[in-house]
Amino acid sequence: MPKVTFIDPSGTRHEIDGDAGATLMEVAVKNLVPGIEAECGGALACATCHVYVDEAWREAVGGPSEMEEDMLDFAYDVRSNSRLSCQVKMTPELDGLVVNVPEQQG
Amino acid sequence: MSQRIETDVLIIGAGPVGLFAVFELGLLDLKCHLVDILDRPGGQCTELYPEKPIYDIPAYPVIGAQELIDRLMDQIRPFDPQFTCEQMVAELTGGVDTGFTVRTNDGLEFATKVIVIAAGGGSFLPKRPPIPGIQAYEGTSVFYSVREMEVFRDQDVVIVGGGDSALDWTLSLQPIARSLTLAHRRDAFRAAPHTVERMRALVADGKMDFKLGQLAALEGTEGVLEAVTLRTADGEERVPCTRLLPFFGLTMKLGPIAEWGLNLDENLIEVDTEKFQTSVPGIFAIGDINTYPGKLKLILSGFHEAALMSQAAKRIVSPDEHISFQYTTSSPSLHKKLGVA
Repeated sequence: MPKVTFIDPSGTRHEIDGDAGATLMEVAVKNLVPGIEAECGGALACATCHVYVDEAWREAVGGPSEMEEDMLDFAYDVRSNSRLSCQVKMTPELDGLVVNVPEQQG
Repeated sequence: MSQRIETDVLIIGAGPVGLFAVFELGLLDLKCHLVDILDRPGGQCTELYPEKPIYDIPAYPVIGAQELIDRLMDQIRPFDPQFTCEQMVAELTGGVDTGFTVRTNDGLEFATKVIVIAAGGGSFLPKRPPIPGIQAYEGTSVFYSVREMEVFRDQDVVIVGGGDSALDWTLSLQPIARSLTLAHRRDAFRAAPHTVERMRALVADGKMDFKLGQLAALEGTEGVLEAVTLRTADGEERVPCTRLLPFFGLTMKLGPIAEWGLNLDENLIEVDTEKFQTSVPGIFAIGDINTYPGKLKLILSGFHEAALMSQAAKRIVSPDEHISFQYTTSSPSLHKKLGVA
């Protein structure tokens, strides 16, 4: 099972065994990672599951789609490594993934 | 606005569950009036994901969210429900013995025997950007919608966002503002292309500014805005201004209903599972807004809750009437109500 680490704004690391095929948001919500609100439940209709992908993983994770970019307009403090975690699927290739949870969801 | 509307049942929220409640209440001869903060019925289905397929509506292997709403509107048409849109319920007075009065934020008044809260995730309200201290400026210098354009006349206005609201108000306020700056985090817009073109033409003519950046901080004293700080690719930039319009989409909040004295569990309304009645007799809550042991936030569950709630509502509105349970497949009186007799 691919492992993923969420680092919350206080620096606390949440290391979780994710289910392959689940989204990063689903993994976070299921494991009660603080700071991932996912208000719309993964419908790509809000921007409250915003994360920053660790530099080392940016290429493997890839960039947002056009619709995701549109939704990122509603997030706070968007950076070049911003993604909505509901749009990132856990795959064996992403085993070890590290993402940072922003201080605020928009 | 001063108007009093009388109804048997006031349904707060015109999403799928509120709409289906009209059907179940209608079979029992109860007249419904629906009030919603959005500009049309449909709730989250219409506002958030009209194109999304739903796979767990019985008898539909797949149905689009907007299609579900359209079909519900067809299904309840025989009962002639009344709609009041773009109103948020605010105040509640009265009780089940004397009847309830509900007032909206614009002073519209409803007199009703029963209240059904089918408000889903709550009222859709503009999102407040998480900037420390922004509340101090709200209503004086910071606005989330434009109610009176005069508030912006001869002011230095900053608009933040890249959607239709941001671009439409940029074009409308530019002629009356002293200066206008649109700020957006990227040079691509969700707004309609022709409004984006008109904005770019105004920038080219030197009539307004466009800045690539994100809102980072506000500056001013006692609610009077003096400048905003934008975070740009080259660092921070201070933009002097007296009015700010941030457009960061909508979020859902329980809103004034939280003050109605109903027992709540976090932001959800506690109900029993026989009638789906709240802790206040005569006020029911169905759909995503309620909670009870085993609750699942499914449209399907909301439909079931609507059916059971309707039986209890009928007993309140017509206490002396005997309710005989009937099937829509075979009852001539139900067929008459449905207009299929």
